[in-house]
Amino acid sequence: MARRHIMEFERPLVELESKLAELRRLDLTGDPQLLLEVSALAEEIERLRRETYEHLDPWARVQISRHPERPKTDDYVTALFTDVIEIHGDRAYGDDEAIFAGFGTYGTRKLVILGHRKGTDTKSNVRRNFGSPHPEGYRKAMRAMRLADKFGLPIVTFLDTAGAYPGIEAEERGQALAIAESLALLSGVRVPVVVFGIGEGGSGGALAIGFGDRLIMLENAYYSVISPEMCSNILYKDPGQAKTAAECLKMTADELVAIGIADEVVREPLGGAHRDPAPVFEAVGAALARALDELVSQEGHELVERRYARLREIGEYGS
Amino acid sequence: MSIADWFSARERRRYVRAGDVSVPADVADGVWVKCDGCGKTLYEGELVEQLRVCRHCGHHLAMTAPQRIESLADEGSFEETEKGLTPVDPLSFAAAKPYTESLASAREKSGLEEAVVTGRARIGGIPVMLAVMDFRFIGASMGSVVGEKIARLFEQATAARLPVIIVTASGGARMQEGMFSLMQMAKTAAAAKRHSDAGLAYVSVLTNPTYGGVTASFAVLADVLIAEPGAMIGFAGPRLVEQTIRQKLPKGFQTAEFMLEHGMVDEVVPRAELREHLVTLLGYLRARQDRAS
Ligand SMILES: [Zn+2]
Repeated sequence: MARRHIMEFERPLVELESKLAELRRLDLTGDPQLLLEVSALAEEIERLRRETYEHLDPWARVQISRHPERPKTDDYVTALFTDVIEIHGDRAYGDDEAIFAGFGTYGTRKLVILGHRKGTDTKSNVRRNFGSPHPEGYRKAMRAMRLADKFGLPIVTFLDTAGAYPGIEAEERGQALAIAESLALLSGVRVPVVVFGIGEGGSGGALAIGFGDRLIMLENAYYSVISPEMCSNILYKDPGQAKTAAECLKMTADELVAIGIADEVVREPLGGAHRDPAPVFEAVGAALARALDELVSQEGHELVERRYARLREIGEYGS
Repeated sequence: MSIADWFSARERRRYVRAGDVSVPADVADGVWVKCDGCGKTLYEGELVEQLRVCRHCGHHLAMTAPQRIESLADEGSFEETEKGLTPVDPLSFAAAKPYTESLASAREKSGLEEAVVTGRARIGGIPVMLAVMDFRFIGASMGSVVGEKIARLFEQATAARLPVIIVTASGGARMQEGMFSLMQMAKTAAAAKRHSDAGLAYVSVLTNPTYGGVTASFAVLADVLIAEPGAMIGFAGPRLVEQTIRQKLPKGFQTAEFMLEHGMVDEVVPRAELREHLVTLLGYLRARQDRAS
């Protein structure tokens, strides 16, 4: 098995784990003293594992959300849906592989699926621009939204992007306009929109396909107006204070439920969804089914009015 | 200071002319400004008379919201709306500098309660809903209040069947309000869409600088997009783009003229012509309503 990616905060634990693995490879039958030490170490590791993963701070969760082996949009599409048909292109410039768009069936429900798409290795990450879309990606997503609206298919979206790509061509082709139009369009589709934060929820680039009638966050996913590193850079002229920034931004799943931005949290196995994805897929599927059950009985215009009312309530001010 | 106070203070200043350098109080107020375009020193009183356009190089200097409103609205026609909406600190954001302190100093510096002033006005006799952003207030970033005021502006305009004019300037989202801030993008975009779906006109005037969450939401959803000469407009700021691509940016990248060349704005209109231009443009965009009445 390939060595898994080690996150900064779990390094002490991983080091002990590999020490233990080494000891276990030895024949210790003739050494009761060492055997005792091994079992003590195993206990110590168990304790440290709980300590490390049970109370993750926001910055640790951001690292988990970016873990290269974390389940991605493609994994959810494969695990949850049948009869998947992917659509391609914005009919104006090209096909942006950083956005997945297509049809799929969950159980008996026919849906339109949208998601940010990160790669699994260097080659696919380059093709998918590490999950950071260009304007044509959002324009493809808009095509899918229009199809959903026209044919009465509920929309499910999977958020996993560090942000819309900040490049010259993206600016030249209207990144801002593409996002703005996507926001306006999504606000008015006459079908249910269920959004899952599965990894990174980076600012406007996530929001373009990232609001609707339900917002469901995986426990270690984040959703934020700005990355902790950029926030730290602005506040302290130093990206090194990202941990502090991550705490201030209230960007984790549980915090977002607490402040009324997200509706529910899907729990992950200890250490993150990459440790054991199967139950996570199952829980996401169950949450999707529940949300759709609540939403599909509503008329299109009712959904649009409620979605608008939801948006109108977001914001804190004095008067 | 209220908008009304500002106007009366401005009335008093009107009589101070370029030659009146013997007014030490005004000099102390920083009445001499350096043009960002050519570096020449300009007298603020005269500069305001020229809509803060440099007489040497034509550079468009930043206008405050009250100055902008005065330059566009028919005299005495502006009635401010939603004045009572004030920012709070929903996340108790205290990294580096507490948000409450940033708000207090922004209030003091600008004399405004928030980064946008909204209201009813007439422009060349045409009733409109008008919003003007003011960069002095935390870089005119969009938090809950800016989003709420813009959404209400569109809703009131929809109810009264009025066109909307928004003069934008913004560094982007108000990060100290976290996700409350980001969601204002969706809120304002949705409100703009409903106004548009009602067949009503919206014109935005993008001024220097307009970036991030404001550009990527209501600012660019207008029927006609006007930019001021030389204004920097974009989604990602030039420094971030440069850091990301590790290359020098093309000359003039993200200027109004660059945006025009790339088909991202409809026209670049000098400030001195803006008001008349808006009146003419609104004439076209209101044609159906005019026929009906
Ligand atoms: Zn000049």
